[in-house]
Amino acid sequence: MSGDHAELPAAARVRQLEDQVIAAGLTTDAELDEILAARYRTGSPASGTRMVARAWANPGFLDRLLADGNAAAAEAGFGGGDGGYGYRLKAVQNTAQRHNVIVCTLCSCYPTSLLGPSPSWYKSFAYRSRTVREPRAVLAEFGLELPAETEILVWDSSAETRYLVVPACPAGSAGLDEDALALLVTRDGMIGTAAL
Amino acid sequence: MARFGIGARVRARAGDPAGHTRLPRYVRGQQGEIVDDHGSWPLPDEAVRGTARTEPVYAVRFAARDLWGAGSHSVTVDLWESYLEEAQ
Repeated sequence: MSGDHAELPAAARVRQLEDQVIAAGLTTDAELDEILAARYRTGSPASGTRMVARAWANPGFLDRLLADGNAAAAEAGFGGGDGGYGYRLKAVQNTAQRHNVIVCTLCSCYPTSLLGPSPSWYKSFAYRSRTVREPRAVLAEFGLELPAETEILVWDSSAETRYLVVPACPAGSAGLDEDALALLVTRDGMIGTAAL
Repeated sequence: MARFGIGARVRARAGDPAGHTRLPRYVRGQQGEIVDDHGSWPLPDEAVRGTARTEPVYAVRFAARDLWGAGSHSVTVDLWESYLEEAQ
């Protein structure tokens, strides 16, 4: 993709890779731009917040989301059966007893169709290597101090499943409608590095 | 057809494959439990060479204590079937 951030070393490497595949006739600049534009049109944390808000407001939808994330996403109007990106969507629910957190130790796999582009720290070596080894310490550095008795489940998305954390609904939100509930959901809450 | 069912104890293969793989090094040789069946997906070890064979993928849960010698959490890793063998 031509244009922005050309001064960054990673951008130079990406540009060299693009030049190679374009030279090989596998794609074009215009095609790459369109793929990225399509992702940014639909892939936004706002989509994830709508999913979570609906799950909080509607126990039946929560059950369907936990049972089959792709079908629930399609039902909520976010992408086709596979989210449009060819992965399985699996939602995991935080409770008072269990806290889920998502990482990709091999690279940076992330549910972009529901959360948009991943934050830079998600792709850092520190986050990727430490989250599987000492999640409690990593979460504390994010400001999330979990009770000692809370069970921590780390999910390393090393294959073709992308994970969405359904945070526990904040206290005091009873009676709010889906629009209001969605405003309470954060990106980090859906990764599992924050509670709400 | 999936070889392993939910609840099965499995061991991630040890050793270092010659080419690309998505079997993370930190679980190689470790035992865990199948907790979910993700369906079948192209095996990346072969897909990089242009073939399209699919294989069942499982969520395998490992205890932090087994992986690191300490810790009370679990780490669930998504692994293709050929990365796994029955636990001894």
